[in-house]
Amino acid sequence: MDVTLWGTRGSLAAPGPETAGYGGNTSCVEVRGAEGQLLILDAGTGIRPLSATLDPELRRVDILLTHLHMDHIQGLGFFAGLYKPGLEVHVWGPPSTTLHLRDRLARYLSPPLFPVQMRDLPSRLTLHDVPLSDFEIEGMAVRASLVCHPGPTVGYRINENGKSAVYLPDHEPALGARRFPEDADWTSGFDLAQGADILIHDTQYTPGEYVDHIGWGHSSLPDAVAFAEKVAAKKMVTFHHDPQHDDAILARMVEDVRRATKLPFSVIGGTEGATFAL
Amino acid sequence: MPQQPIELILTRQWASYLAVPVWLMSENGHLVYYNEPAEAVLGRRFDEAGEMPAEELATIFQTTSEDGSRLDSDSLPVNIALLERRPAHLRHRFRALDGQWRLVDVSAFPIEGQGGRHLGAVAIFWEVEPGAEG
Repeated sequence: MDVTLWGTRGSLAAPGPETAGYGGNTSCVEVRGAEGQLLILDAGTGIRPLSATLDPELRRVDILLTHLHMDHIQGLGFFAGLYKPGLEVHVWGPPSTTLHLRDRLARYLSPPLFPVQMRDLPSRLTLHDVPLSDFEIEGMAVRASLVCHPGPTVGYRINENGKSAVYLPDHEPALGARRFPEDADWTSGFDLAQGADILIHDTQYTPGEYVDHIGWGHSSLPDAVAFAEKVAAKKMVTFHHDPQHDDAILARMVEDVRRATKLPFSVIGGTEGATFAL
Repeated sequence: MPQQPIELILTRQWASYLAVPVWLMSENGHLVYYNEPAEAVLGRRFDEAGEMPAEELATIFQTTSEDGSRLDSDSLPVNIALLERRPAHLRHRFRALDGQWRLVDVSAFPIEGQGGRHLGAVAIFWEVEPGAEG
């Protein structure tokens, strides 16, 4: 399984020379299975450059949305696979008690916000409420669990050949905790992330910034590191970078956390284009 | 122990900040948390009491109706919320962990998660009169 980061930014795309190192595209991660299966985690603006790499022989792609905030779906209408006749495109998203996923996505993928209606797309598009449990996509084991973030939001764990990638791009497990991290059974995302070979986790804020954003659904980098340590992750990748943070700030945040604590795992700054082979 | 559903985690965190007594039960009926104000009503700190399995709750907390007559456990608000998945309210007496009988108003409601998942119940206690020696 190969994991490639196509968009690491949170909240809003932040292109420009000052963010070229970590990247300006919003959340999108490619997970490529051993048999060539393609799972795409979130459809932020990073899905557009990913589109350019699609194999012409590809017959199926699965897009797994963590939630429907704009920075995670903004690229969906620009995913080239949607315009490829006959390509099976499966989009998975968290369930709602009121509206089907199609109706919720159609709020964006329809005029006046977008010129094309979903029903006019030439691909074979299927939308699924993601099961809040273990399921399988093309032989890859997937688990989705609701996690702490405003509105229904899931994280994903993908297992293949004994290796696991966990994706928690928008996650505030420290919210309301008296002492963080709490016991494992009272920690959001614990089961999903336990023992992950690679944990891609929300690290939007510095500790100082987090104080002013409690309840916004995101983590400070030290909280994310504490979470990674709690779940015994083998490697943690920073993600969902604040659009106000340029490359120098992001590099300094990672350096600071590396210096502050001796950790039993590596903390890697999540940069657009990075690939991790598991 | 497996991780609790996010809805229970957030309910526990919410309860931990409230000044009203709150009791939280998991889907299988275990008492998994009560907050600090509830400790005064239930008669023991949660850190000391710990989680309590469903099958022991009826013996740990004896209950009667307001006038002291026998009360069927199925009519307790928390059991209605848990088993019938609807809100309920009742004034009744119960013997707390410190051995005192207390008269309480109890309101309970089920915790229903996205995707039709029944996750447990929340009960809020209001002590009507101070405890009397049992």
